[in-house]
Amino acid sequence: MSETALLPAAPEAPAVPAARGRSARVLVLSIAGLVASVAMILLSASPDYFVTTLRLVVAAAGVALMVVSGSALGRQLFGPAFDLSFWFSVAWLLLLGLAVTFAPWLPFGEHLDVANSLDQPINASPDPFSANPLGTNLFGLDLLARSVYGARSSLVIAVTAVVIGTVIGGAIGMVAGYFQKSVDRVVGIFTNSLLAVPPLILLIALATVLEPRIRNIAFALSLLTIPGMVRLARATTMLYAPREFVVAARALGATRVRILFRELLPNVLLPIVSLAIVMISILIVAEASLSFLGLGIEPPEPTWGNMIAEGEGTVFEDHPHIVLVPGTFLFLTVFAFNLVGEKARRRWDPRSVKL
Amino acid sequence: MVLVLLIVSLGVFALVALLPGDPAVAILGEGHPASTYDDLRTELGLNDPMLTRYADWLGGALTGDLGRSVVPPRSDVSDRVVSALPVSVEIAVLGLLIALLVAVPLAMWSAYHEDGVLDRMISAGTFAVLSVPGFLAGLLLIMVFVNALDWFPRSEWVRISDGDLLGNLHHAFLPALTVALVELAMFTRVLRSDLIVTLREDYILAARAKGMPPLRILFTDALRPSSFSLVTLLGLSLGRLIGSTVIVEYLFSLPGMGSLVVNAANQGDFPMVQGAVLVIAVIYVLINAGIDLSYGYLDPRTRKAHV
Repeated sequence: MSETALLPAAPEAPAVPAARGRSARVLVLSIAGLVASVAMILLSASPDYFVTTLRLVVAAAGVALMVVSGSALGRQLFGPAFDLSFWFSVAWLLLLGLAVTFAPWLPFGEHLDVANSLDQPINASPDPFSANPLGTNLFGLDLLARSVYGARSSLVIAVTAVVIGTVIGGAIGMVAGYFQKSVDRVVGIFTNSLLAVPPLILLIALATVLEPRIRNIAFALSLLTIPGMVRLARATTMLYAPREFVVAARALGATRVRILFRELLPNVLLPIVSLAIVMISILIVAEASLSFLGLGIEPPEPTWGNMIAEGEGTVFEDHPHIVLVPGTFLFLTVFAFNLVGEKARRRWDPRSVKL
Repeated sequence: MVLVLLIVSLGVFALVALLPGDPAVAILGEGHPASTYDDLRTELGLNDPMLTRYADWLGGALTGDLGRSVVPPRSDVSDRVVSALPVSVEIAVLGLLIALLVAVPLAMWSAYHEDGVLDRMISAGTFAVLSVPGFLAGLLLIMVFVNALDWFPRSEWVRISDGDLLGNLHHAFLPALTVALVELAMFTRVLRSDLIVTLREDYILAARAKGMPPLRILFTDALRPSSFSLVTLLGLSLGRLIGSTVIVEYLFSLPGMGSLVVNAANQGDFPMVQGAVLVIAVIYVLINAGIDLSYGYLDPRTRKAHV
């Protein structure tokens, strides 16, 4: 493998200085477009103004306008290489992270205790201008609050699992890749066995046995990440092990531990971290699927999966927002992690692994 | 491969056998005389050491006997698996077919008109679809095609063996489409990027210079050498395919393996979970082995490379 793969991506094209007068016009227009699109989305989310079909049309037009004016504004401010979807993803993840961290102090409606939501309307549709901006569920619990607290368990579970999987899988993979021979063979059989059961089936089998608590589910999910991590760490280590700097370190009398930690780890780390980001989105989906099937965290404790399951049957025929609200949260988060992870991987992974 | 299967079977068995709590109490409920529990334990073989039980179970599994469910009416696990398997296979195969039928033309168009407007829309669209979990996609499809438009029925199933093939397809289409969505997006992306590389080869240029029509170039010259990653992906996506089939069966209440496993897991029916998971794992490993063999057909260069 050549070293060029490790160089950072080609420098981005220099910003073309636009003509002053036109720049100001585009700036004003795009900001106006952005404001208008937010207004359109808010109006269409509220049940008072339009009939259903028109609401969908207005919402779609709002989103389209937002994309167009957002990227125009971004290109104007940050140069032509501006990638709207990437920055949108970063912004969404930051926003979600902040909301999750400060959830107890934010002015949300009731998310858990049915006794406190007796005075709330049930199955209320989303209305940005009311006390429950995203509506309520069958028990009058606030969907915005539940979505944020659901993000809490989803993110905690997924991130814990990925960290466990990355540390264990990365360590095993590096050892297998460096020592090879019989160690490698044993590790190979172990990972192949883990890969021989389809992921969701493995999860369901584990869920039969384990009590549905955050700790247990995180442990079960980490088992899913280990084989992929082992393979990537092993392959990357094997790529670097014969290189000059490793040979030189060995010739200077460095111990195996030192070589693994000081010479190989820094090179293996970046590809592994970029895979880990993509893994987070896979695990969020896996956790949501599990709680959707009724095998994960149990209600009333909210997760996106069991919130979506509340709409199962005939409920969501009359109240589609029960599914759509947590569904949108789930989609945006998975999308954001996918996009950021993909970008990181394209930049840092010397060989592209397809999972 | 045999070793892997052996480890998997041991894992599946140990997982459930190490279950905390007494299965006999779980089955009968509490408040029976102690001798009743003892009888049941003897009948289930729970008094034997674990290795003996594993050997018995594995021996039974090899001869097609996976034991009996512990949930009344205590039906035979093998029977249930045999009746559930065709449903899942049908959904998975149909889903795969839909995915391939849509993905190949989409990818060809995309690759041939690289960086065109439609190509960019397809790229963005497939990336978005990849971020929609199967159960969410299924619910949205139900929302549109069942609730709003009323084109398809929900949650009934017509077996092929009843002779009503059209009715069967009518019921299977929406679940299969749900399964197909993610695969479709994946296939399109991978095939597109491989096709773009292939289309830059000299022999494609030669074919073009000879005046061959684009469609003929795409199908006869470019498709086979470009489908290498696609076939690898087919193997890798199999696990996801099985996973989404499970979800879709649950969602549409189809009597397949997925519903079998999920219901058994919800009821703590461990012989059923063990048996079904073992069958799924065996099928999975066998198909993956088959895919490894197909490389030789696709790319003659690999025939000698590794055996």
